[in-house]
Amino acid sequence: MELLEFARGPGLAVSLTVFAIGVAWRIYGILRLGRKPDFSAPRSIQTTAGAWRMILRRMWPHREFYADSAGATFNGYLYHVGWFVAFLAFVPHIAFIERLTGVSWPALPDTVIYVATALAILGLVAALLRRLTDPVLRLLSNFDDYFSWIVTMLPLITGMALIHGGYHDLKQVPPTPYTTPLALHLLSLELLLVWMPFGKLSHAFLVFLSRGTTGAAFARKGAQP
Amino acid sequence: MTDVNIRFPLDLDSPRFSIRKPEVRSDRQGDMTDAERVDRAMQSFMKDFSATTATYMESCIHCGHCADACHFYKVTGDPKYTPIWKLEPFKQAYKREAGPFAFAYRAFNLKPKVTLAELEEWQHLLYDSCTMCGRCTMICPMGIDIATLISQARHGMFNAGLVPHELWAVAERAEREGSPLGATAKVLKDRIEWLADDYEVEIPLDKPQAEVVCTLSSIEIMKYPESIVALAKILNHLGTDWTLRSDGYEATNFGLLSGNAAWQKDMTMKLINAAVAAGARTLVLPECGHAYGALRWQGANIYGKPLPFTVLHISEFLAEQVNSGKLKLKKLDKSVTFHDPCQVSRRGGATQAPRDVLQAMGADLRESRDSGALGWCCGGGGGVVTIHRADELRHAAFDINIRQINATGAEIPVTSCSNCRQTFDDGQAHYQWDKSMNSLLELVADHIAD
Ligand code: SF4
Ligand code: SF4
Repeated sequence: MELLEFARGPGLAVSLTVFAIGVAWRIYGILRLGRKPDFSAPRSIQTTAGAWRMILRRMWPHREFYADSAGATFNGYLYHVGWFVAFLAFVPHIAFIERLTGVSWPALPDTVIYVATALAILGLVAALLRRLTDPVLRLLSNFDDYFSWIVTMLPLITGMALIHGGYHDLKQVPPTPYTTPLALHLLSLELLLVWMPFGKLSHAFLVFLSRGTTGAAFARKGAQP
Repeated sequence: MTDVNIRFPLDLDSPRFSIRKPEVRSDRQGDMTDAERVDRAMQSFMKDFSATTATYMESCIHCGHCADACHFYKVTGDPKYTPIWKLEPFKQAYKREAGPFAFAYRAFNLKPKVTLAELEEWQHLLYDSCTMCGRCTMICPMGIDIATLISQARHGMFNAGLVPHELWAVAERAEREGSPLGATAKVLKDRIEWLADDYEVEIPLDKPQAEVVCTLSSIEIMKYPESIVALAKILNHLGTDWTLRSDGYEATNFGLLSGNAAWQKDMTMKLINAAVAAGARTLVLPECGHAYGALRWQGANIYGKPLPFTVLHISEFLAEQVNSGKLKLKKLDKSVTFHDPCQVSRRGGATQAPRDVLQAMGADLRESRDSGALGWCCGGGGGVVTIHRADELRHAAFDINIRQINATGAEIPVTSCSNCRQTFDDGQAHYQWDKSMNSLLELVADHIAD
């Protein structure tokens, strides 16, 4: 079997399955430990609203923490937004998703995608440099942090290697002449899917659970999110 | 039995700032083999692993931001004081024994077993350098509530006999005598008689029935007895049907602070039983931070059902009285700044109450740069003020408070926690600072309008 065939067929199927089962297991593994009921007299019973308030509030630091954390937070936005713009607004990606799911949406111009990719790469490099030099981050960091970094970076790099000509104005994305690079690009995405449930990249879904848990508890106590 | 190393004798009675700094060391209690200690810590950790714990343990993205919120990291720059790092053995135990992928962690030994050496090393991080103030939760992009986890990890440390001596001794005394500072029921009775005589104020003790049962912190009883007079003056002025009870007066909870869940329960149940026996509608907690967390938010869960009375911090009680117009206050002709007790404000949700009271006095309130839910801990909470070897670190952290308060230009700092107050008194002496901490309760008593 050609590498590309593998990546498009069994590779994709297996990685999506591992992803789905892994995520479900991770969440089940957390929730199965159970929670005790809270009998304290609540100051507010709007705990769901509280959960959402915390989810939104933590998207940007409190004013009191700007000096220390606004820079890193901004950089975080850079690579998160850059990565997702490149992933979701690029013509060939949308065509790929449409083939799989039948759903599609309008794309952004290629230039925007290239800029987003470049910013994502710069942001990730900056984050890595900070991780390698800041004493706190060096102490905290483990295999997961570095491996997750690589796994996030690979789709960007392998994608850059694929670009040929413009895509935005084409009616249909032509088959790429670079089958091996395309296969590698697809495999890099599959690696990300497979790794996601196990390492820190799960923050993509755990962020709701974690902020929500504290947000609900804080709302109950009437504490500021 | 605490195994006190004679090189580091316990000195619980001298004024705090006169004690020379002992070497940093790790303390042990009880006769146990090393393996037993580790086993007991693990069993206790396992008991505390809930879905909430798991959520937090799984969610950390190692971003390091929490370090910047913690006073102990801020003043030392030492990465070991990064809040989440203080939980490393707890996290390690969780990942290996309870997490969704525990089987893999065990099978491939990805997370080795926690060792006694680690637990001993972490004693300093779990006790001396965490006041459970919760400021780190406010910065954590994942909203991880580290203080809650620290208090769970302390359960394991207590079970393993790995608590700093002084904190252990104070907690043990509280369990045995009913007060961490020797304010036994008899001492309380004597004090009350003396205060009632000296200040010519009626202080009801052990009324069989009362609408309001008030409780105290032994720091007030032993160090700031005027607080009791202030409380009595205000309640008598309001014509409240109230009492103190010798079967449940001590609101501090060193079971909670040291990590002994059984003692925590004993201490909490005394208060609950006293209020129930008096048929009280309201239990008023004293100017104490952790007492609020212990009873207001944890009390009912220890009781196993909702409490049959309302629990109010004294600042909330006072705010209710001024807001309803029952308590009128004279003008306080000074600029003030309010130091928020972490457990009442950030972690308790009663941030506004003291401000309402200060406003009722027409005080010129000058908030510090980081105030309310984002305020800095005094550095002495979570039992840290009892731990002598932590003095240097605590003093270093206290400097943040001096800077924040000086910057407001306010004439007097006010708080509503006697533990903050004693930490401030100690810090004031250490730095020869020109400001003394004031009690909100005492200020109110001094400004009752007739
Ligand atoms: S709870 Fe307070 S003292 Fe403890 S780690 Fe967090 S910020 Fe530091
Ligand atoms: S701020 Fe939160 S997510 Fe970041 S390292 Fe600390 S605990 Fe982990």
